[in-house]
Amino acid sequence: MQPILLQWIDYTILIAYVAFVLGIGWALARYMKTSADFLTSARSIPTWVTGLAFISANLGALELVGMAASGAKYGISTAHFYWVGAIPAMIFLAVFMMPFYYGSKARSVPEYLQMRFDNRVMGLNAIAFAVMTLFASGISMNALAKLLNQLLGWNYDFALWICSAVVLLYVLKGGLTSAIYTEVLQFFMIVLGFAPVVYLGLKDIGGWTAMNHSLKTVATNNGFADNAWSSAWQPLIGGPSHNPMGVDIFAMVFGLGFVLSFGYWCTNFLVVQRAMAAKNMTAARNTPIVASIPKMFFPFLVIVPGMIAVVLATMPDKNYRIPPPPIAQEKYAQAIDEVKAATPDTAAAAITGISTTLGAKVDAGKLTSLITDNATAKLTDAQIKTGIYNSIAENDYDGVIFSLVKKYCPAGLLGLALTALLASFMSGMAGNVTAFNTVWTYNLYQAFFVKGKSDTHYFWAGKVTTIAGILLSIACAYFAKQYNNAMDIIQLVFGFVNAPLFATFLLGMFWARTTATGAFFGLFGGIASSAVFHALTIAKGNAPGVKGGYLSVVSTFPSEMAQNFWLASFAFTVCLVLTLVISLATARTKSDADLKGLVYSLTPKTFDSNQPIWQRPAVVGVVLLIVCVIMNWYFW
Amino acid sequence: MGLDIRWPIGLMFTLIGVLLTGYGAVKASDSMSLGININLVWGLVLLAFGVFMLFGAIKGKKNPPAV
Repeated sequence: MQPILLQWIDYTILIAYVAFVLGIGWALARYMKTSADFLTSARSIPTWVTGLAFISANLGALELVGMAASGAKYGISTAHFYWVGAIPAMIFLAVFMMPFYYGSKARSVPEYLQMRFDNRVMGLNAIAFAVMTLFASGISMNALAKLLNQLLGWNYDFALWICSAVVLLYVLKGGLTSAIYTEVLQFFMIVLGFAPVVYLGLKDIGGWTAMNHSLKTVATNNGFADNAWSSAWQPLIGGPSHNPMGVDIFAMVFGLGFVLSFGYWCTNFLVVQRAMAAKNMTAARNTPIVASIPKMFFPFLVIVPGMIAVVLATMPDKNYRIPPPPIAQEKYAQAIDEVKAATPDTAAAAITGISTTLGAKVDAGKLTSLITDNATAKLTDAQIKTGIYNSIAENDYDGVIFSLVKKYCPAGLLGLALTALLASFMSGMAGNVTAFNTVWTYNLYQAFFVKGKSDTHYFWAGKVTTIAGILLSIACAYFAKQYNNAMDIIQLVFGFVNAPLFATFLLGMFWARTTATGAFFGLFGGIASSAVFHALTIAKGNAPGVKGGYLSVVSTFPSEMAQNFWLASFAFTVCLVLTLVISLATARTKSDADLKGLVYSLTPKTFDSNQPIWQRPAVVGVVLLIVCVIMNWYFW
Repeated sequence: MGLDIRWPIGLMFTLIGVLLTGYGAVKASDSMSLGININLVWGLVLLAFGVFMLFGAIKGKKNPPAV
């Protein structure tokens, strides 16, 4: 509730990290000679580095915050975002799709679409992607600035601009390589910064078995069967009303596991760009494979803290609650005065007043006893404040991870965890900006506006775009400040743009008959159908508006997550069917020879038999899938 | 690219490891969490990781990988 006071040791760790990322930028600056060095790393980076950057570009800070929140709200089922929603798609990307991305020598995902189809499809994808990356970056920076404001008492604007400036400096100096290197640094920061928090949390609640035991109580208290928080699959099989996510198994497996997951991992240039920067084809294909190993175990780092938090909240002796929504200190001060002024006789009126002052629902019983206690024996301001804090009847799950960091980390470790968090926000921005500047410079600026200039021109265009990208991200951050649930908006945008996209790639890569016109109108129809679907459906408990249903409510879903998964499934199907039908109705413009290296059936197969067995993507991929199945089975 | 990433990773974690270990040793009473001197323990883990990375970087410099 109070801002955290950092010690000199915490600031030293923070400053050391910033100094190192800036140093990496400066050290790389002398290798930046062409636009390719700056925007694509000139395909020069070893597998383990691109692999960790691949996963790190995905592991944004919002994911850390959001996954802990979901872990608290939904339990171990949240791991489906990893075991169902990531691993299979990453392996598919490595085995089947990377050969085309890397082999075609495309410099970006939209550029592959240009080679396979035409400029229209590329333009549509490039614009949608550019807008999306800027918003993703802005939303993440907004969250960072808000967090530094609430947690450390920093000024919002100062936090936003100073962090953006650091990102700008190192990306401007070292380009994509700089972003990739800092992503790897951030990967280790996150793992090594949060592992002790998970360990201490588990130790505090009595270990893994004790946690699962207590989760049964959590589940039954919330009106579910006792395995709703501790089993991943059984609550889903029971249907939407039997699991806290409100999701059915079809939406989970098809919506998340196929459409959203493949749409994200296989076509999102932000992650695919990391694999494209690899030094050779084997390294490129192994990038998602390397990435999927840590990805598989991330739930223990990012979801388990949320589960620990809900268990802690059920233990009275631990003096812990899921944090309430952030409320300004002045409002607390005002509420303290109201508690002091109240007597047991005026308690009812005072409670209504306090609730209005705080702008949150309160537990009347707890406040009444607080007022009575204060009337009988005067409490100190601090005691009253704690009483008020504990009587707020709303939970802010996004605050879970920080509340644990604050609870378990002494000065020193606290600096490490906060630096890890800051690192992940900043590298999220850097990742988005580097993807944005490649797509803008090569696929929009060079392709449509200023063609045929020298490489030096595009090198400088890339640098200018970096500055513009950062400034636009900041603008998006101020825009995002207006909206509360940033994660929902991101999911929504992914649904609109990414879900139909995988249908285009699937048909484009595996069916030579797909035409450019079919792909363009199919994709366009897919995105439009997402918007229409969203305008006509809503999740239970939401008011029509930004959450959907603003035209009319045709169908109501049990939860927002279910609505998102179904929206994605719908958009994918529309895009698939439209592309198929229009392709059959239009003439092919590209011959088989044109499509060599771009379409599966027209490309000589990649043989890995000259590679050692542990470097063959297909072999390792199958092994990892088996491990993934075992994990699902274990948490059944 | 000419810069081996293991250098910055190794140097940074060695530095942070030394800082945390030192802080844990000197200010033991401020470093406790659940009865463990977590700064000291975790500082040593970070230090070990940093040194491991530096070791890799030095080895990589002696035997540059064939590109």
